[in-house]
Amino acid sequence: MAFVRFTERPAFRNPWAEFERIRQGLDELSRSYAEKGKGQIRANVYPALNIYEEADRLLITAELPGVKAGDLDLSIEGETLTLQGKRDRRQNEAGISYHRREIESGSFSRAIALPVKVDAEHVGARLTNGILTITLLKASAVTPRQIKVTAE
Amino acid sequence: MTERELKIQEKKAAQPGDESTKNETYFAPHVDIYETEREVAVIADMPGVTVEGVELSLEDNILTIQGHRAPQKQTGRIILEEYESGHYLRRFTVAETIDQEKIGASLADGVLTVHLPKAVPAQPKKIEVKLG
Repeated sequence: MAFVRFTERPAFRNPWAEFERIRQGLDELSRSYAEKGKGQIRANVYPALNIYEEADRLLITAELPGVKAGDLDLSIEGETLTLQGKRDRRQNEAGISYHRREIESGSFSRAIALPVKVDAEHVGARLTNGILTITLLKASAVTPRQIKVTAE
Repeated sequence: MTERELKIQEKKAAQPGDESTKNETYFAPHVDIYETEREVAVIADMPGVTVEGVELSLEDNILTIQGHRAPQKQTGRIILEEYESGHYLRRFTVAETIDQEKIGASLADGVLTVHLPKAVPAQPKKIEVKLG
């Protein structure tokens, strides 16, 4: 949605303005097609995160298979969320031979800047079936508030 | 070994046998496979899969591991999307003779462990060769 202020309106109509608007619309359309699915941002720090924004909260999810809740450390400082943990699960029995070793073990640490101010007192985190879901409530100042219209 | 930094491993798409009518994504889970004297064990990373969603089969020496995820009910606006989620599928040819009756599997923290006990080999027959 474009926000147009009254003052930004040119005094005379630009004859090309309409074409410009169409071009922008087409650009946006092709971008949303191209980005769907494969145009993801490649993360280079483990774990990969997905962040969703709802009206009053932020949801952050990560796939952390094999990480125990006790080995996970979350902290929030200002607008920075830090995730730390480790995955440690090598079988070290004698007399075992590996056919394939694709699963890695080790530690991880990632800090992300949150896009909005959050209420550090109300942070929820769940780890179910290897998926971490962090729920952060937005600080009351940035939560959209409904404005009631009263009829007279 | 624990001090190593974990890296993001790219998710590889898996192809189910036939094309499905539903447009669903399948990924090949990362696995560890090891063998001991008694069994072959397969460990697969399948975050998001519940016990009900796991499907295992061993037919004609082909082990199929499938994990179905409940559709996500994500609401809100996507701010960052670094990973895709989908179902899991991977097949292996098992060279060893497996005792089908004793196959066991467990799921913990999004990691599936499948134990495939080896069948007790038949007593080798000794053939005596006599001097004629």
